[in-house]
Amino acid sequence: MERPLTENIRSDGQPVGIEEYEKLGGYQATRKALGGMSPQEITAAVKNADLRGRGGAGFPTGIKWSFIPMGDAARHPKYLVCNADEMEPGTFKDRLLLEGNPHQLIEGMIVSGYALEADLAYIFLRAEYTLAAKRLGQAIAEAYAKGYLGRRILGSDYSLDLRLHLSAGRYICGEETALLNALEGKRAIPRAKPPHPQTSGLWGKPTIVNNVETLSNVPHIVDRGAEWFKSLSHTDCGGTKIYGVSGRVKRPGLWELPMGTPAREIIDLHAGGMRNGYGFRGVIPGGASTEFLLEEHLDVRMDFDSLPKAGSRLGTGTMIVLDDKTCPVGMVLSLETFFARESCGWCTPCREGLRWVVQIIDAIEKGEGAGEDLDILEGQCRLLAPGHTFCALAPGAVEPLQSALKYFREDFERHIKEKGCPWR
Amino acid sequence: MLTEGERREIEEEIAKSERKRAASVEVLKIVQKRRGWVPDDLDELAATLDMTPDELDAVATFYSLVFRKPVGRHVILICDSVSCWVMEYESMREHLSERLGIGMGGTSTDGMFTLLPVACLGACDRAPVMMVDEVLYTNLTTEKIDGILEAYRRGNM
Amino acid sequence: MATIYIDNKPYVVKDGQNLLHACLSLGFDLPYFCWHPAMHSVGACRQCAVKQFRDEKDTKGKIVMSCMTPAAEGTRISIDDPEAMEFRASVIEWLMLSHPHDCPVCDEGGECHLQDMTVMTGHNYRRTRFPKRTHRNQDLGPFINHEMNRCIQCYRCVRFYCDYAQGRDFNVFACHHAVYFGRHRDGVLESEFSGNLIEICPTGVFTDKALKRHYTRKWDLQTAPSVCVHCGLGCNTIPGERYGALRRILNRYNGEVNGYFLCDRGRFGYEFVNSGQRVRTPLMKNNETGALEPATKGDVIERLSHILYFGANVIGIGSARASLEANFALRALVGPDRFFVFDETRRRLMATMIGILKSGPARTPSMKDVASSDAVFILGEDVANTAPMLALALRQAARQRPMQDVAKLKIPLWDDTAVREVIQGEKGPFFIAAPHATKLDDVATETYHAAGEDIARLGFAVAHELDPAAPPVPDLKEEALLLARRIALFLKGARRPLVVSGMSGTSDSLLRAAGNVAWALCKTGHDAALCFTTDECNSLGLGLLADLGDGYVSDIGKAFALAEKGKLDAIIILENDLFLREDISRVERFLEGCGHVIVIDHLFSRTTGKADIVLPAGTFAESDGTFVNNEGRAQRCFQVFVPEGDIQESWRWVRDALNAARRPIQWRTFDDVVAAMAGEMQQFEAVAEIAPPAGFRIAGQKIPRQPHRYSGRTAMHAQIDVHEPKPPDDADTPLAYSMEGFEGIPPSALVPRFWAPGWNSVQSVNKFQEEVGGPLRGDDPGKRLIEPTGGKEVPYFHEVPGAFVPRKGELLIVPLYHIFGSEELSVLSPGIAGMAPHPYLALNPFDAEGLGMNAGDEGEVVISGNTYRLPITLMASLPQGVAGLPSGLPGLRGIVFPAWAKTGRAT
Ligand SMILES: Cc1cc2nc3c(=O)[nH]c(=O)nc-3n(C[C@H](O)[C@H](O)[C@H](O)COP(=O)(O)O)c2cc1C
Ligand code: SF4
Ligand code: FES
Repeated sequence: MERPLTENIRSDGQPVGIEEYEKLGGYQATRKALGGMSPQEITAAVKNADLRGRGGAGFPTGIKWSFIPMGDAARHPKYLVCNADEMEPGTFKDRLLLEGNPHQLIEGMIVSGYALEADLAYIFLRAEYTLAAKRLGQAIAEAYAKGYLGRRILGSDYSLDLRLHLSAGRYICGEETALLNALEGKRAIPRAKPPHPQTSGLWGKPTIVNNVETLSNVPHIVDRGAEWFKSLSHTDCGGTKIYGVSGRVKRPGLWELPMGTPAREIIDLHAGGMRNGYGFRGVIPGGASTEFLLEEHLDVRMDFDSLPKAGSRLGTGTMIVLDDKTCPVGMVLSLETFFARESCGWCTPCREGLRWVVQIIDAIEKGEGAGEDLDILEGQCRLLAPGHTFCALAPGAVEPLQSALKYFREDFERHIKEKGCPWR
Repeated sequence: MLTEGERREIEEEIAKSERKRAASVEVLKIVQKRRGWVPDDLDELAATLDMTPDELDAVATFYSLVFRKPVGRHVILICDSVSCWVMEYESMREHLSERLGIGMGGTSTDGMFTLLPVACLGACDRAPVMMVDEVLYTNLTTEKIDGILEAYRRGNM
Repeated sequence: MATIYIDNKPYVVKDGQNLLHACLSLGFDLPYFCWHPAMHSVGACRQCAVKQFRDEKDTKGKIVMSCMTPAAEGTRISIDDPEAMEFRASVIEWLMLSHPHDCPVCDEGGECHLQDMTVMTGHNYRRTRFPKRTHRNQDLGPFINHEMNRCIQCYRCVRFYCDYAQGRDFNVFACHHAVYFGRHRDGVLESEFSGNLIEICPTGVFTDKALKRHYTRKWDLQTAPSVCVHCGLGCNTIPGERYGALRRILNRYNGEVNGYFLCDRGRFGYEFVNSGQRVRTPLMKNNETGALEPATKGDVIERLSHILYFGANVIGIGSARASLEANFALRALVGPDRFFVFDETRRRLMATMIGILKSGPARTPSMKDVASSDAVFILGEDVANTAPMLALALRQAARQRPMQDVAKLKIPLWDDTAVREVIQGEKGPFFIAAPHATKLDDVATETYHAAGEDIARLGFAVAHELDPAAPPVPDLKEEALLLARRIALFLKGARRPLVVSGMSGTSDSLLRAAGNVAWALCKTGHDAALCFTTDECNSLGLGLLADLGDGYVSDIGKAFALAEKGKLDAIIILENDLFLREDISRVERFLEGCGHVIVIDHLFSRTTGKADIVLPAGTFAESDGTFVNNEGRAQRCFQVFVPEGDIQESWRWVRDALNAARRPIQWRTFDDVVAAMAGEMQQFEAVAEIAPPAGFRIAGQKIPRQPHRYSGRTAMHAQIDVHEPKPPDDADTPLAYSMEGFEGIPPSALVPRFWAPGWNSVQSVNKFQEEVGGPLRGDDPGKRLIEPTGGKEVPYFHEVPGAFVPRKGELLIVPLYHIFGSEELSVLSPGIAGMAPHPYLALNPFDAEGLGMNAGDEGEVVISGNTYRLPITLMASLPQGVAGLPSGLPGLRGIVFPAWAKTGRAT
């Protein structure tokens, strides 16, 4: 089984340095791209590879890139931004790539930048990733020193500057348009789309935002071709995926596996199943803003197309397991508290609705629930649907709640009836 | 009043930015790094960015890791998001509260610690976790917390 | 044009609109909060949701925000869709979760957009039982009250204050449900447009602090269409009265003039009407004691009949703050050759200005035209202080050029955030040449600070660069020449270039230079506009009335000369304090030589102090009248309430005086005066058409000044009489002092307030417009009296002034204008008085150093024999050799600018 993204990551916790990276075949893709491929060829390869965005929405990367104005038609500077904000609860996959193999990401950005004719690239990193910040800072300096970044990279006509931006908290910064506002030094409020960042992004100029994992795949696609990349996957969506499991399993962690690996295999085989004394009750498959799945769903393939059929989403591919000794109401309360706190405050449904949702679940959890509370919660789930709010935060926020109300309804009802949490 | 050192670091940061205002968050953090928080008098700081204090404060108050109130010598960011919650975050929080004699948002009377909740720290496989200043602590237990607090108190960290 | 389908019915709408705009224009009641017709869409509140369908077959549809969706050809939506209705009601439910529900004690109650929308969506039951979010309020100064708990976070305040008006001391703070709108710290709002927050805020967060001191609900206010009297722009207003006192002023939408906004001077300046300085009864001088004493109307008329006997030598002084009708009446009384207007400087400026506007091809722009200009050149004006709302329009103009690029990206211009993102604060070509830094400098491409002559020279040079036929400027400094070339280049490249100058520069060369620039642009094929500011609400009207030819000198200086000959029996001074106009000792000498001094005014002044007879005039709120604004637009202002006692319109006092002088005159009503004026003076022919005449009725009804919910009509007089008094008649206008009458939408000039069923707030203005944000139904009110000549031939001015030469031992004192303080009437409002600066003398730092003075020192300046002792303020932008004194401040009145003066340390 091939694990292009992670196979070089060292087990001693140290990052792959530039020399080691080069020795392992690193920066070959850069040479290949800048040495002979046209930007259009790279975009075509990424498109053919069926690479879909790993930031959560799964938008096909090549198609996203194809909307960027190229050549004389384009306004400059053009930007490539790496979304390394990773604040979705339960998600910790980008940290591995950032800390373990920063050059892989940097190379991904060089090659992608070249494909997009970008002038300037940013890595938008959450402030709490202090180790990643240090390692990225060093890796960027190394790449500059070796001529992979800066003016006329490797003697080609292509120049690219790469800067690391450290954020200051707020989950909404991960939303790509809010991220652009954050980069501009503004309040991180999302922007309406259209216009998409490809038309008007950072400082109103054409911009592409991609996730760390997405960009880290690009050198491998350029290096080894679209067909090879597609062959890594079990499904229509190309490549591997870094899956993760947290919660009361025997071995919480991350594994790079073929895209479309079934959930059960990941939980039982790689994570070692439930800890002794704990049973499986449910799982949120792809970070906090995806819907719960139950035991009966676990044979689903973990990919962008299969999970919706089971009633959830791949999201970030990092699962959070709910065991049978933990209160689902409390778990949902934790989730919604997060979302309500991280609402940017721009649109009404999210700003006010999520606060209300938290107030209600909190009351239920404390044993102060009232008869109509569940109806109101269900109503809120319906009302905070995609398109109703300004961005995807609030619709994401109600996904776990909506499914919890469906799958764990009796838990909610018991809280109300027994005037307290049965798990305490 | 900005110190000479702060001023120099701010100017460097601004010089690196594509546009002055883009450096606002960084500049706030430069002040915060030295003083623990961003004091109320933003006039001078804002002026370095060609901003008004109102414009800068609009940014400062948006971001959760820009502190607009005084904090203790060390800031404990305890992750209260879902994986940590499942893994007994609440006992950790209660333990910290009890040891420090403060609730969330409080600063211990000796001025050593401020306790704040933080969104998922991206270390869910090692939950529960917290950060003290820049350092991540994972797989927390109450004993481990005691040891960490002790080390900071003794100035070993 | 595009056809869209709303609930399966086809409608034709204009291209390039969003659905909310289109639906509102079609008359649908679609609720909204964050959208504003002048500030467009941002999609924050989610209140305007509708269901959109892909095509006829789509039955499921999806919720979209109408304000963020283009009304493109074939768009199908439903407003009545149950899911959309449920969603809209939930938006209100969400907003109400933390709203304090304090309507009974809230100043916005009864005209609250949030109340209207709540009713409109049908949300009526409170389901939450949890604590509300609460905030601390701030002290924002004398104008604006802050009550943050009522906030519904629509972001309109910050979008108006920061984005539209470009104020920088206000913002939104914090995150999630804690977002807070206010200032970084408590303090007076710095924007001169802060009062618009009152109307911009859809609920009671920002309310009128002056109103609060004499509060009345909207439905209890008697209102009439009016025009602001505090500068020459003529913004349209709605003053409201109760119990004989003016309570507040709101914007009256006029698409061509002020749109949705007012400046703070216009909004809060009205309190002079209620002030203790009002003349409320006729007064006559007691010949023994020399004191003015109250008299009956009969007594004064009797006295007038003695003074104004047949053949008496009487002169009249007109007023730029009195109506055309009052001035016309006085002119008729004394005769055209004995009617004097303006001081010498203003007369000269006005003559030049009118000459330029009448003899050349450049058109005066309305403020709407100003806002759509894409290159601006200002000569000698501190617009933000002399014509504040023009500054707001100019700020919009600065965005026009960059907006042209946005359109190329196919981003709809109503998508406000997207537009701003692309523009990134970029400004179009905008040049300011002024004697000192101004508040508009932040939008300027380049500024040039110089003395008036040098600014004029720059202007002449620009004109010459544009068209070599315009005269060249001899000995122009290299720096100015290069600047002139840059300015010319940018103006040439613009689609709608604009030149701005005006009276406050006190120099007619400046006006001529501006004229040459605008003419040169016209001549070279540009659609150029020429905007002159005027200083008072009827300056241009008075200028047109006086028919100021070059040979015909009718300014006060001429009157002074007449008086010196010592043959005058009486002088009638109309709404004017001469001591503001001319040097104090000159005025005193003059009045002594005038025989009987008769003053018609509403305020006591130094001039009334010299009077033998004072006749109490109605203010703008107690009179009907016509004012001509700087555009040349004649606008009608209507009596809001009947004044107490013997107070009456100035023209009526003049008529009474005419009768007393046994020159019986047939003017019974206002329309009679207008007809006489229009008949006699061709330039005012159109004045009769500004508004329908008194006999106008709709369905046999007058238009009520009182809302149909007006309360207490019996009770308010109960301490006098329990019977309801008969409402006063209004023979002058189609408006009635009553709550009965026509309830629909009257002709635009007669709109007494904005209200429509279901729309109690100011947002009801939508219903009064042909299209939302467009002209009022039946076109925006007012008639333009000056149109440019059609011809291409331009009569360029050739007298280019010499460069400014500083003098040894003297400084040139120029006026510095203050929005709060420089205007005579508004400064009587306590709020505005509190914002006015203390008198000071501004010096260039080098001049100060030469005089051995520092900021804060007491300086002394001697102007025509009068000594002023003032603290020194340093003003680096003032040119060397030039000093500034605040214009019009109490204590600094009667100074004739510009003046050379000896300056030094106070001795
Ligand atoms: C509230 C919110 C938070 C998000 N946070 C992240 C994030 O932390 N990292 C990320 O890569 N994408 C995040 N996304 C998704 C981004 O908006 C965007 O789709 C993604 O960065 C695009 O990259 P991709 O195409 O490579 O997936 C978030 C989206 C939303 C709505
Ligand atoms: S859904 Fe609305 S309030 Fe929530 S984060 Fe997105 S834009 Fe902000
Ligand atoms: S008016 Fe459309 S979202 Fe606010």
